[in-house]
Order: sequence, then C-alpha cells, then structure tokens
Amino acid sequence: MRNDMFSMLRRSPFCLQEVRKSGSRPGNLWGAVLACLLVIFMAVPDTAMAYSDEELRNVAEGLNVKSSTKKIEVIEEMAADGDPRVAPILRAMLEGDLYVRDSDEHVVITRKQGKVYTHIDIVSGEEVGESGSKEISKIKVNNRLRGVLRDALATLNLFSPDLAVRSNAVEQIMDARDPAMLPLLLRAIDREEDETLLARMELARATMALAAGETTEERLSAIEVLASETTPQIRAVLSQFVASAEAEGYEPEVVAAAEDALESVEGRLSTWQTVGDVYRGISLGSVLLLAAVGLAITFGVMGVINMAHGEMIMIGAYTTFMVQQALGSILPSGSAWSLAISVPAAFLVAGAVGVVIERCVIRFLYGRPLETLLATWGVSLVLQQGIRTIFGATNQQVMAPDFMSGAVEFSTGLVLTYNRLWIILFSVIVVAGIAAVLRYTAFGLQMRAVTQNRRMAGSVGIRTGYVDALTFGLGSGIAGIAGVALSQISNVSPNLGQTYIIDSFMVVVFGGVGNLWGTVLGAFSLGIVNKFLEPVAGAVLAKIFVLIALILFIQKRPKGLFALKGRAVEA
Amino acid sequence: MTDYRQKYQMTPVIGWLMNDRGGMILLGILIAAAILVPASNLLLPESSAFHVPTWMVSLLGKYLCYALLALSVDLIWGFCGILSLGHGAFFALGGYAMGMYLMRQIGDRGVYGDPILPDFMVFLNWQELPWYWYGFDMFWFAIVMAMFVPGLLAFVFGFLAFRSRVTGVYLSIITQAMTYALLLAFFRNDMGFGGNNGLTDFKDLLGYSLQSDGTRAGLFVASCVFLGICYTVARGITQSRLGKVLIAIRDAESRVRFTGYRVEYYKLFVFTVSAVMAGIAGALYVPQVGIINPGEFAPALSIEIVIWVAVGGRGTLYGAVLGAFIVNYAKTFFTGAMPDFWLFFLGGLFIAVTLFLPKGVIGAIPAFGSADRQSIITTWRKRRANQGGKA
Repeated sequence: MRNDMFSMLRRSPFCLQEVRKSGSRPGNLWGAVLACLLVIFMAVPDTAMAYSDEELRNVAEGLNVKSSTKKIEVIEEMAADGDPRVAPILRAMLEGDLYVRDSDEHVVITRKQGKVYTHIDIVSGEEVGESGSKEISKIKVNNRLRGVLRDALATLNLFSPDLAVRSNAVEQIMDARDPAMLPLLLRAIDREEDETLLARMELARATMALAAGETTEERLSAIEVLASETTPQIRAVLSQFVASAEAEGYEPEVVAAAEDALESVEGRLSTWQTVGDVYRGISLGSVLLLAAVGLAITFGVMGVINMAHGEMIMIGAYTTFMVQQALGSILPSGSAWSLAISVPAAFLVAGAVGVVIERCVIRFLYGRPLETLLATWGVSLVLQQGIRTIFGATNQQVMAPDFMSGAVEFSTGLVLTYNRLWIILFSVIVVAGIAAVLRYTAFGLQMRAVTQNRRMAGSVGIRTGYVDALTFGLGSGIAGIAGVALSQISNVSPNLGQTYIIDSFMVVVFGGVGNLWGTVLGAFSLGIVNKFLEPVAGAVLAKIFVLIALILFIQKRPKGLFALKGRAVEA
Repeated sequence: MTDYRQKYQMTPVIGWLMNDRGGMILLGILIAAAILVPASNLLLPESSAFHVPTWMVSLLGKYLCYALLALSVDLIWGFCGILSLGHGAFFALGGYAMGMYLMRQIGDRGVYGDPILPDFMVFLNWQELPWYWYGFDMFWFAIVMAMFVPGLLAFVFGFLAFRSRVTGVYLSIITQAMTYALLLAFFRNDMGFGGNNGLTDFKDLLGYSLQSDGTRAGLFVASCVFLGICYTVARGITQSRLGKVLIAIRDAESRVRFTGYRVEYYKLFVFTVSAVMAGIAGALYVPQVGIINPGEFAPALSIEIVIWVAVGGRGTLYGAVLGAFIVNYAKTFFTGAMPDFWLFFLGGLFIAVTLFLPKGVIGAIPAFGSADRQSIITTWRKRRANQGGKA
C-alpha cells in the first residue's frame, strides 16, 4: 500500500512542480515542504508496514536526546510512518506529558494526579506503574518543537487510513486556516482518492491560498473556488479577507472579485436561511397541527371547549411508554414495531377516555360552553394528578427507534433531523386520514350533518348524542395519536398536556372553528411566523409577539380565518 | 322579600344594602373581623384561647385578597357573562406595582447595598433605574399605579375585544392568551421586574416593618375595608340601571344591542372596574405574602379564580367571597395534610359544581334563593328550551 502511495506521489505532476518550484526559490516554507517530502521519500521504502512493538519503542527512545534538531528528525520519521500509536505519543509530548523512566530508559506517557505520575506504556497503552517526579525525567519541548509536533499530528490525521479521521482533519484545517498547513494539505490533495473529501480539500486550500497565495492568479482562482461554495464558514473567510484588504494591500481586482464572491455567497446563504426558517416553521407547525387537530374536531363539530385535550395527548404519550415497557421483553428497545403498535393503542386508550368523559360529564353541559370549559378543566386536573400518582412526577424515557434518530446535514448549515421529518410526514398522514374519514365514511357524513344543523340532523334520524360521543372519542383518540408523535420530541411527564393546550387553542381559534383546512393553515402559519421571528427577537419574545398578534387578529376576524357562515354559528 | 327602599323612603345606598341579606351578613362579618381579629391578636396574651396567632391573621388577610379577586370576577362573569380566564394578570400587575414600591423601600439594606437599584438589577449589572421604576418610591404613586395599570390594560384589551364583538369562549381564550403572554414576558430578566424570581425580600411599608404584628394586623384591616368598599361598589353597579343593562347583556346580548344600547361600552366599563378591583386585591396581597413572581400570571391560576366564584354562587357577589374562602381553605388544608389529593379535589370540585351545583353553595341554601337568582335560572331554562335542549 505504501508503495502504491509512493508511486502515486512520484507520478503526480503537481508534486514535481512543487519540488521544482521550491528548488528555484528557496524559502522557509518551501524548505519545510522539501524536508517533509524528503522524510517521506526516505521513510517510505524503509518501513513498508507500521512499526512492530520493538521498533516503535526504539524509535520513541530516539526522542530522548538533547538536540532539538535530532528530535525533529525522529518526530518526522514517526509522523510519516502512519502508525496509529504514534499520535498519542506526539500529543503527550506536545502537552509535556512524555517522560523517560530513569530506571530503564523507557519512554512513557504519564498522567499526573497530585504528586503521583501514572505511567502509560507507549506500545500497549496500558498503565505500567507509577512514581514520583524524581524517578522520571521530562522530554523537553520548545516552541519550535511544538510547531513541528502540531504539524506532525495534523499530518498523521490527514494521512490516516481512516476516511473519517482524514475528513475531520480537513475540517480542522479549514477552521484554523493556518497558512503553514498549506504544504501539508497540498500533499494530502495529491494522495487523496475520495472525491468528496478531495473537493473539501481543494476548498480548504482555497481558503488558505486567499491570504497566503503568492500571485494574483492564485488568489483569483481561490476566490473562484470559494464563490461556488455556500457555507457560513466561507462567508467568514471572504468577509475577513475583504475587511483586511486595505491593511494588507491586496490587488484591487482581487478585492473586487472577493467582494462579488462575498455578495453571491451571502445571497445564497440568506436564501438557505429562509429555507431553513421555513423548514423549522413547518416542523413546529406540524407539531402544533398534531396537537390541535383533535381539538378542532371536538370544538368545531360539537362546540365543546375541551380543556382536557392536552391530557389526551399526555395519555397517548404514556400509552406509548406503556407499550414499550410491555413489549420490552419481546422486541429490542426502541424498535419501530413498538411505535407502530403504540399508534392504534394510543388512539383506542385516549378515545375510550374521551368517550367516558363525554358520557359522564360533557353531555350534561351542551349549550353551556363556559361551564363545559370549567368542567373539562377539572377533568384535566384529575387526569394529571391521576397520572402523577400512578407513574410519578418524573419524566418517563420513551425510546426513539433508529430510523428516527440522526439528521441530514447540509453544508449550508441546514440540519434536518429525522424525527422532525417523520413528524411532518406523520401529521400529514393523520390530517389526510381525518379528512378521508370526514369525507368518505357514513360516520363522517353524519358528523358533518350534525355540525351544520343539529336539529335537522336529528330530524332525519341521526342519533346526535351517539354521533357526539363518537366525535368526542375521535377527537380524543387523535390527540392520543399526537401524543405518540410528541413523546418522541418532548418529555413524557404529567405536565406534557399543559405545554400544548394554549398553543392548540390558539391554532384552532386562529384557523376558525369547524374547518379542518383552517386548522392546517393556522398551525403552519403560526409555526412559520414564530420561527421567522425567533432569530430576530429571541424565542420568548417571538412567542409573545405571536400571542399579541393573535389577540389583535381575533379583533379583526372574531371567528378565525375560516368562519362558518349562517345561523348555526350563533347558537 | 319586603322592599325596604319603598317602605322607608331610604337613600338608594342604604336601600339596596337593606334589600341584600347576604351582603348585610358579609359586611357585618367584615366589620366584626376587622375589629375582633386584630384586637385578639394584639391585645390578648398568646396563652388565651381566643388569641389569633399572627400567621392566622396573614392567612385570613390572604383569603380576603382572594375574595376581592373573586368578587371582581363575579362582577363581570355573574352579571355580564364575560368569562375572563386572565384575571390573574390584573391581580399580578397590581401586585407588581406594590412590589415595586416595597422594593424601593428596601433602599440600601439589600444584599448589595445599592441605595437606588434593587438587588436583582445590581446582579444583572444594570447601571441605572429603568424609567418605569421612577416614582415607585412614593406610596401614593404605587397605589395609583396598582389601579391604573390593570385598569388601562383592561380598557385597551376590552376596547379592542368588545368593539369587534369577541364573545363567549373566544373571549375566554384570548384573555388566557393575554395572561400567558404576560407570564412569558415577566419571566424575562430584560423586562426589569426580577425575572423568574420576581420581587421579594421586602422590609417595610410606609416605615412599618412588614414582619411586625401591628403591620400585619393593619394590612388585615385594610383588606377587610377594601373588600367592604369594593363589595358596596359592585353591589351598587349591579343594582343601578346600568346593572340592569349588564344583566340583560348577559342573558341576550344581541337583543340588547338591537334595542339600541351600545353593548360594548357597558361591557368595557364593568370590565375595567373589575380589573381595577383585581389590581387592588393584588396590591393588598403582596405585602401580606411577601413575594410576587411571574407564577401569578399562570393561566391555571386564573381559571382557578373562576371556580371560586362558581363554588360560592355565580351572580351574587357575596357568593364569590364565600367561594374564595371555601376553596382556599380547602387548598391550605389539602396541600398541608395530603398534597397528592389536592388536585383530585380541585378537579372534582370543578366537575361537581358545574354538574350538580350550577348555583353554587349559596344557591343550595333556600334562604338565599332570591329574586335575582331565580331570574338567572329561569333565563337559563328558557334559553335551553329555545335551543332545543342542545347546541
């Protein structure tokens, strides 16, 4: 493998050019590159494989010399080898934790605790005894050595066989933007085979070439590379460059190009920012929608203010928890199946509780919305305390299945977490399901009939009381389903419902009673407005603004966005 | 019941007080309490069986403030059908006004010893007093603000809401949104009201130490007096012609409007008066409990006030006072004796009262089934009949 790399290195015209260039114009930097290259050229044929235990020990003992120059030689030799055990040694040396044991001249990494130094073997990485400060002597480092060590460490990572480590190193280089890293990076670019990482490396090169580049062309080409990227990082690089242009005396055409590039990057970034805000808004909106849609049914169809609605969500969340507990012995924890089973389970449990509440309390209070409000508030207190008594006041742990954890990250700074994506999808499915039930089933037809004209519906033979109970059960059951989804993103505690109840009411009132699309539109617009205000005003103020805006909105349209028309509303 | 006004040609105030048996009993109890409780606390030795301990005086004083708050809610809900779920906000604003005065009175006795800035501002590295804290070193100003700020908020809020005919549950929900917004706002440190911790560590009021028995007794008497005055005012409003319109609005708003009354102005008036009363309650409450924090804005507390009124008996005024005492005594008892049971009890109370005691405790006592109450019940029955039982 090493030979392959070697031949590749030699074949690369880019590399040769670099060497020639450095030869023609000797400078400190290029000298260092040459030195590095030479080390690699020499090291490569010697050690075809990583060090054996004994070799590593021997090489490391070479660090125990007075001369810094000798130390550097050893360090570079070690760095070029690519042995994974080298990095900890060099890091320890950089931090002043590398010592020589006086008794056997072995090099050890130490960990100091009080006055006791614990020795760690460089080969095995295990603890091999401890001593006071007298029995060991430190391998001294000076500033020059520290620089070499840092470079060596970065080199090790840049040339690591592990792709993740390499890309990590590139990102680090990009963050640091230390011009001294440029030659190493160039070498890494030559060796890199992974296309994606190569692109990142070229980008990193461009960020450095911008300030460290020698010629106008170099800078311009760097700017060209940078302008095609869209990340906050690049914006920072460019704006820093533009800001320092005058002080550094860059060429005017370079500065102009940089300004153009900065503008285009900023333009694209702000578009992405908007996209991100919209996404976050939709994500919040879908949560609001899930929480509110059940309420829209009970409130819209029956005119019942169900203050216990939040508790139905809570019951759904606790059902999810119970299902996971019950299936814990059969299915692995966090299995997608237990979540799939939770959905109908939560619907049935919360729906059943809803029907019981309707039959025992609410049906005696029809036509007295304010009394209903108070009675259901009482129900919500009882349910909260009931759950608290059974499960305790602490949060319950609901496992997330694998497909819901993690996120898609875009380089533009946009992060889409999977659980939010699933919740958006889930809310769409739930709303579509409700719409279908209302539109295509006999029950939906009866429900709409009762909404529009209760007495007429009763006259044509619809059992309105029966429809009421089922409707309330449906609304509660949907709240239970929402609880399954919300258990994935919020704490499952007895107070879960309280956090959503006011928001749900706002959505329903904003959207207008008795209209599913009003609720959908209300939820998404509230969510999006909230998320657009948040970067400007902060989370709490944004929420306050939204509440005030809603209060004012109600003045304009007292019955919400989509009000039912006709006499039925006045009753 | 005999109409004393016609019988004895009395001045209106005495007249409608004489017609009001519950009110007479309430005022009698208040006067007796205002004399007996402080006297027994201050004059009798602690060993005496009739001695009222100081903590009891403060507790009763707290209940009196709640009673005043319940009275203010009953005035709008019982007589005008406005169910406000945000009255805690007016209460808390009044409390904050008083709290700001008490904060300024601490002076340089705070932990940081700053002569002007309250401790929390020093802690937040504020250099000078925000403009809205000016004037709160004067007692009269704080008292005026404790009434003016809630009144103004109620006026603006009510003006917007009533003008556009936001009624019923919609109004309830936006009042709840209002108090929720204020809750969030007062939690912010930047607001300059002590954030999460609110205002506390008060030292003295008008130069009297808040810890002393005398001050506590004085605050108790003040609570009795203000409750008495506010009751009389509320009773006066409901017995006047304006009160008749209010009751008409409660029972058939559209009909009143079509008859030519400007419904929104009547509602706005009574809503603002009610908010001012809630503000006074808050201002009396804070020195007696020694703290005010944003928790008082919590929507749940505002809903609880409504249940005090419902338990006592909506639309009677004295019923609200009774309800506040019953529920809060139960709260003190349960949270002390069996804390887990309190929410079951409160929740059960909400359900039981709305289902089985629509007229509250007062309505269950035959002697108080006055003409006023009868009219409410008959109206309800009629309305339900009109609506065909449901909807």
